[in-house]
Amino acid sequence: MDQILINLSLLAEFPIVNLKIILDGVMIGALFALAAYGLALVWGVMNVKNLAQGDFVIAGGYVAWWMTQQGLPPLLGVPVAFIVLWGIGWVIYKLVISRVIERDLFTSLLATFGLAIMMAQLLNLMFGSDTQSVSLDYKTLYFFDGLIDVPVAKLIGVLMASVLAAGVIIFMKSSRMGQAIRATAQDARAARVLGIDTEKVYSFTFSLNAAICGAAGAIIVMVWVIQPFYGITHSVRAFVIVTAAGLGNLPGVIAAGLGIGALEQYGAHIFGIGYQQAIAVLLLISVLIYRLIQQRRVRKSLQ
Amino acid sequence: MKNNKSILYGILLAFILIAPFAFPDFRTQLATLWLMIIVAMTWDMTGGQMGYNSLGNIVFYGTGMYVAAIITIALAYDVGGYTNAFGGGVYKFTDQQYFLGMFLGLIGAGLFCAASAVIIGYVTFGLRGPYFAIGTLGVAIAAGELVSNWEWVGGGQGIALPVYPGDLDNGKLLFYFLFAFTGVVLFIFLKWLYATRFGAAINAIRDDEEKAEAMGIHTLRYKLTTWAMSAFFIGIVGGISAFQLIHFEPLETAYQTINLGIFMVVCVLLGGKGTLWGPIIGAILFHVFKEVTWNYFLGWQWVALGALIVVTVVYFQDGVMGYLAHRKPEWFGVRVDENKAEVSQ
Repeated sequence: MDQILINLSLLAEFPIVNLKIILDGVMIGALFALAAYGLALVWGVMNVKNLAQGDFVIAGGYVAWWMTQQGLPPLLGVPVAFIVLWGIGWVIYKLVISRVIERDLFTSLLATFGLAIMMAQLLNLMFGSDTQSVSLDYKTLYFFDGLIDVPVAKLIGVLMASVLAAGVIIFMKSSRMGQAIRATAQDARAARVLGIDTEKVYSFTFSLNAAICGAAGAIIVMVWVIQPFYGITHSVRAFVIVTAAGLGNLPGVIAAGLGIGALEQYGAHIFGIGYQQAIAVLLLISVLIYRLIQQRRVRKSLQ
Repeated sequence: MKNNKSILYGILLAFILIAPFAFPDFRTQLATLWLMIIVAMTWDMTGGQMGYNSLGNIVFYGTGMYVAAIITIALAYDVGGYTNAFGGGVYKFTDQQYFLGMFLGLIGAGLFCAASAVIIGYVTFGLRGPYFAIGTLGVAIAAGELVSNWEWVGGGQGIALPVYPGDLDNGKLLFYFLFAFTGVVLFIFLKWLYATRFGAAINAIRDDEEKAEAMGIHTLRYKLTTWAMSAFFIGIVGGISAFQLIHFEPLETAYQTINLGIFMVVCVLLGGKGTLWGPIIGAILFHVFKEVTWNYFLGWQWVALGALIVVTVVYFQDGVMGYLAHRKPEWFGVRVDENKAEVSQ
């Protein structure tokens, strides 16, 4: 308790520390937003809630990490992870997801939970349970007499995340496939009547989601750490962001992603690093409760 | 027919009583099997009969462990000091302290879990379908993380309870019969409960909650009562596990979200949701599968279990009971009139 008060007073005494925390949070939050966008895409288009989302992220991270172990440049890991995870996503769609789309939501939730356990364990068997990261030998920029340090590697990560996000948005807006995806999300039956091959759209969407997550993971391994069992926390974060922002609300997803990144950094600073996972989960619960209260109000006004 | 059934139950009961003596090397295994059966049955109360698929029932298992342990310790010593010393040998428990602590601890664990189910349920039962599943999963993960950061109850290291005083083989027997007794009581209770008006009401909630409410069922009250009853039993078996395992720690043993927390769901799905015998059959099948993979595919056991979950959910969701009900409806008292079936075609 005393430690918490000391940490709080530290924040009040040195306002510049706040800036550092927010910067750190926003930079990592951009990557959370990326994974959450993929989740929102799958959720909106085929009504499948993918609990293996975080494990795609971690798998992408391991692809990039493995490449640097082979002596390849780390930045190359991002496109490679995108492609590899595209393939993995396609296989998983064909084997599992295509059979649960028509079923109730709990089925898809549980099936993807089983997938998450499998993927985490396979990664553990392949790469061991140590935390891994890839260090980029770029400079670190210092501001305000060294109180704020911004590694250039993190800036590159954020930049790549934004490029990827912009690419996906433009693709969804203007390409033929993007239009088909959006049409299927609005009304799958009508889309089928109009000659859209929804099966193809589904498999494309799920593979795209896995690929986005993989690229995000490849960036995360450069700016943070990965470990085979961190997947579930990433999944929870993606759920927090999507539940808070709502489906099909892209600016909302980005804002919520950045906000959660910042809130988590604040929580870790105030309560200690041990609570970081708990904070992500407690945020989810508070968002759900907030939504509940909102709905109660709607129900009351209807009565 | 009625006579046949009572003979069957008699044989089963005799088997339950004889099993630990017939297979003395497997006493702990059989106790674990009972644990799986009980948690599967309690999960089915909300998941199968009421249609609320919780992924966070494990929270009551972990809480039961902690409450039982803390009550036992608190009766004799200061809890904070005990957990700090981490069973350093300074703290001795007399027989009386041990058994009184166990008795009060188990009851306390059940009651505390039932009360916390009401409190958690008051918030989470507003969520429907998959949101309820994700919300309860969140509660379970958060509870584990919070407890592992709480120094008073031992933090991430957990609690080490005293070892069973006396012969260890007798201890194994005691734990087996504690589990078995709880399981049999739970089975009889559920058999009675599902036949009452209450059982019909929670089935109505599963089938159509809005209509159930329109029919005058106070749905929230029913949901809370059901979850509290299920939490009561999970809390008790959590407490028994705490004494059986002696040492437990928060994330891997007590709030083991991805182990037991998901196993209980798979057991129910494997055996058949919303039936009395389904969870029991599923738990037995699952336990056998788990032990076989643990023995023969060491290192790959988790992959095999994950695959089992996926395959069960995707291809075999009605479970054994669902399959039987489809194939042999006459076993379930459904009479198929051949002539009528032809007419309706």
